[in-house]
Amino acid sequence: MKLFIFFLFFILFFPLSILNAQENDKRNEITKNLRCLICQGQSVYDSDSEFANSLKIVVDKKLEEGLSEDQIYEYFKTKYGEWILYDPGLNKNTYILWLLPILIFLIGGAIIYKSFIVKK
Amino acid sequence: MKNKILPFLVIVIFGIIFFIFYKGLEDSKIYTPDVNTKKEIPVFNAKEFFSGENVKSPSIFDPDKVYLLNIWSSWCVPCRQEHPILMNLNLDDKLDIIGMNYKDNLKNAENFLKELGNPYKEIFIDLDGTIAIEWGAYGVPESFLIYNNEIIKKYIGPLNQQSTDEIFLLIK
Repeated sequence: MKLFIFFLFFILFFPLSILNAQENDKRNEITKNLRCLICQGQSVYDSDSEFANSLKIVVDKKLEEGLSEDQIYEYFKTKYGEWILYDPGLNKNTYILWLLPILIFLIGGAIIYKSFIVKK
Repeated sequence: MKNKILPFLVIVIFGIIFFIFYKGLEDSKIYTPDVNTKKEIPVFNAKEFFSGENVKSPSIFDPDKVYLLNIWSSWCVPCRQEHPILMNLNLDDKLDIIGMNYKDNLKNAENFLKELGNPYKEIFIDLDGTIAIEWGAYGVPESFLIYNNEIIKKYIGPLNQQSTDEIFLLIK
């Protein structure tokens, strides 16, 4: 019985796979933000295509080399262009995308303010 | 006056949103790679196809020569169609064709070359597809025209008569 309890404690409290899991988390996070270029509407993480599988290996390799997440995105951007990233940066092609929600929010807020609050 | 501004604003905002979404519909959602920009070729290590020896990329590409790097595989049907064109291109002395064997079974690849001929001056192996990613490729077949360690032009999919003519024109 004692031995059993010891084993139970051992299994519960000894984080055997925590290191490996952390690395996988990072990889999953990155591949979720990479677009699988040959599949429609899927991220690299979701896809099991040849291309996506190779990309996962490359991400693993880059992580092993000690590259940061941003450096890995930058690497893929130089290879395949901005299209591969799901989270595009702010530049001349994407400024509408970034600014429009803020603009709509501000204008909408102004309308609400004018028509409801000022009236009162 | 106030009552007039509000509907006007609403119409303008809806107009802008409609215009943006309409524009978005027209854009292609399929990845269209940039085929014309010049890029430096990547540096990589790979195994040679026949000998299995390690090769480094700078030893394959001589800056003074024109190369066509062709990504191929024995399981890829379009590669089979493309092969006679590569054999034809190989007749030109000014052009060296380098093969990248992509995620293939070596035996099958050897049989493929035995059956259809070997247009490649040198072949290296990309077993897990990572070297192809270094090149910015995303499938087979794909070909890169290289001069002075730069990619001059990228051909996605099998080469055809039109691309062959263009390659001959570019070599001259």
